[in-house]
Amino acid sequence: MNAIELQDVSVAYQKQLVLRDINVNIPTGKLVGVVGPNGAGKSTFIKSILDIVPRVSGDVKILGDSYRKQRQKVGYVPQKEEVDWDFPTNVLDVVLMGMYRKQKRWHRNSKDDIDTAKSCLKKVGMDGYEKRQINELSGGQQQRVFLARALAQDSPIYLMDEPFTGVDAATEKAIVKLLEEMKKQGKTVIVVHHDLQTVSEYFDWLILLNQKVLHAGPTEKVFTLENIQQTYGGSLQVLNTNQSNPSVLHS
Amino acid sequence: MSYEMWIILTGSLVGVTCGTIGCLLIIRKMAMLSDGISHTVLLGIVLAYLISQSLSSIYMLIGALIIGMLTAFLVQFLYNRGIHTDASIGIVFTSLFALGVFLVSIYARQVHLDIDHVLMGEITFVPWNRLTLFGVDLGPQAVWMLGTVLVINTVILIIFYEPIKISSFDPVLATALGINVVFIHYLLMGMVSLSIVASFESVGSILVVTMLIVPGATAYLMTKRLSTMIAVSAMVGILGSVVGYAIAYWFDVSIAGAMSVALGLIFAIVFILQLIIKKMYQRSHRGKIHVT
Amino acid sequence: MFEWLQDPNLQWVLLGTTILGITSGMIGCFAVLKRQSLISDAVAHAALPGVCLAFIVVRDKELIYLLIGAVIAGYIATYCIQYIVQHSKLKEDTSIGVVLSVFFGFGVVLLTYISNNLAGNQSGLDEFVFGQAASLSSQDVQIISIVSLVLVTVLVLFYKEFKLITFDPNFAKALGLSYNKINNLLMLLIVGAIVIGIQTVGVVLMTAMIIIPPAAARLWTEKLSVMLLLAGTFGGIASLLGTYFSTLALRVATGPVIVLCEAAIFFLSLLFAPKRGIVYKNWVFRKLRRSHKNQQTTRKHKVI
Repeated sequence: MNAIELQDVSVAYQKQLVLRDINVNIPTGKLVGVVGPNGAGKSTFIKSILDIVPRVSGDVKILGDSYRKQRQKVGYVPQKEEVDWDFPTNVLDVVLMGMYRKQKRWHRNSKDDIDTAKSCLKKVGMDGYEKRQINELSGGQQQRVFLARALAQDSPIYLMDEPFTGVDAATEKAIVKLLEEMKKQGKTVIVVHHDLQTVSEYFDWLILLNQKVLHAGPTEKVFTLENIQQTYGGSLQVLNTNQSNPSVLHS
Repeated sequence: MSYEMWIILTGSLVGVTCGTIGCLLIIRKMAMLSDGISHTVLLGIVLAYLISQSLSSIYMLIGALIIGMLTAFLVQFLYNRGIHTDASIGIVFTSLFALGVFLVSIYARQVHLDIDHVLMGEITFVPWNRLTLFGVDLGPQAVWMLGTVLVINTVILIIFYEPIKISSFDPVLATALGINVVFIHYLLMGMVSLSIVASFESVGSILVVTMLIVPGATAYLMTKRLSTMIAVSAMVGILGSVVGYAIAYWFDVSIAGAMSVALGLIFAIVFILQLIIKKMYQRSHRGKIHVT
Repeated sequence: MFEWLQDPNLQWVLLGTTILGITSGMIGCFAVLKRQSLISDAVAHAALPGVCLAFIVVRDKELIYLLIGAVIAGYIATYCIQYIVQHSKLKEDTSIGVVLSVFFGFGVVLLTYISNNLAGNQSGLDEFVFGQAASLSSQDVQIISIVSLVLVTVLVLFYKEFKLITFDPNFAKALGLSYNKINNLLMLLIVGAIVIGIQTVGVVLMTAMIIIPPAAARLWTEKLSVMLLLAGTFGGIASLLGTYFSTLALRVATGPVIVLCEAAIFFLSLLFAPKRGIVYKNWVFRKLRRSHKNQQTTRKHKVI
């Protein structure tokens, strides 16, 4: 079974179609990169799977069923700007939020839950920060807390919106390590990404997006110079024209 | 219980009821919605009176609850239509308030509602308006009403604490976790409307707004966890009403107004303290930054 | 039908409220665009302690003293709001709420102090706060007109600067404009527009006159200059109609009727404005959906 299937999905804000006839089947157990120029609708793509944008047409299936029924199986890591980091809470509490579903109403935060949350923090290299107020974290640390929260959710499918943006090198490494580990556990992770340099290194499956899905499939097949130029149009500068591993800068 | 004690008790009950719920509004960045609702409940009270022809508290509670929810709904509706939150709050509450004042002035001969009284409130009369059941004097009516609302709010808050917290911090995550974010929003709005209308009769709309926003804002500066923020906020509410009563007693001025001023003073002290602490912290860390 | 225009008293009221509607509508545009419309609510509430203090100091109910007191208090309120936001983690809405409620509470304290200690003569003062359009005298209208003229002139003179700091404060700073000075001037204009209106329509409804006409105007246009003119027009028309209905047809308080007229204009704009109106948006979305469905089916036929 495919992890996610999109059929004829089109999304419009006002009178502008942002996504056009998206047809893509994402297999399970892959690390999937969603790549495309600015304004290509990458975030909208994720949000259309989460069913939080106005869909003009089309249908989304998650593990063979609608999002409403399968919502429990999808973990979402938003862009870190989307929440208020002055919220009065600490790191451990944010991670525990991810386990809301497992907690019984009258037995909050059992020792087990707290241990799980702590181990999730350890996996992202944030052990020792449990009691830290969240507005005292750096951008990279905020991103890692979000990842730990997603881990605590323990879903088979993850959607991540630009987790590599505005983070330090250490965090980037930590995220990559984590993604590998998730893949080993058979999870499907879909990541919105904008750095073409690292695409072939990080992902084994790729969606090239510019309002519609131009190419989708295993990275080694899809990530060719020709396909990328088609996706980015003229706004692309090529540094190294090596067909098998193009390294590019985009403007 | 003496006259003074009843007044301080009423003020403290308003402080705790509004202080706790106010925290939730502040972390959801909806503090000004409470100001809006505290004005529009006037329309609810007027309509309830015109329909039921009685000044009984229960009709007023229902009327205010409905209009309070309507205010929240209309603000959300305009926001979804691309009008920024601040403007939509401003448009909705002033329009509904204008309608309320308009109705009062049309039916002026029938309605015994004094707008000045509604806005300024007079806690002074609270101890005389007593609740009697089977001939037994049970104490001031306002105290019973506030107590009931406080119990309702506390029960809801305990049951829904986690979903409220998660949906305030990250609504998208909350939806993904299966929390009904819309339900939580209107549940809160219902609690706010109830608290406002229960407090309103005894202390007037200014003190309600002060009690909803200032204790929470003060607690927000002092605490790191939502649970402690709520507890501190309730205590600031009580402190404000005690100090406020003292000010009113000494200077012989409006009790509700003096309680607002007292809360303002408490906020100012905490605000200045956090400024000083921040300055000291920066100074003590300046050396370290140079080394690294 | 028009014989009512003969009444000189009414003429003054009508003139006063209309000028007020135009001025507050135009100046309100910047408050709404800066997403600070509720600051006007705080300023209006802060006028109460200002008026009371002015009365305590000069012991005179002369309008001009009360206005000066209100302007000073309103200006201090805007300063406090901004100071709290800049120096703590509190957000602007909470900061507005704190300042608004505490200032107004202080005002009520002063009001009771005056009535208890200063010859028990505060009646004119709370009228100032809750509004009494019908009692506008020719002298009041003259003050309103002169202040309005000054406010609008300043608005026109500094139009470009206000536009810049509203749209992109950082860019304005980079151009070497003094953001603080221009912002303070803008705040002063907003405070001025509110203060001259309070005694006519009251604290809460004055907020409406600052917010609603610009919000309605915004729905019709994408150009700031057009928005200013439209907001002024809407404010003026609503005041005219409101005053007419209230003093002649219904014989009720003027302020609320003016605001209800503004609300009606806003509601009609929300429904029918081109591009941003609900009717147009729904129509476009439906059309898009239908044409898109058609395209999809034709494409499928081709494949078959």
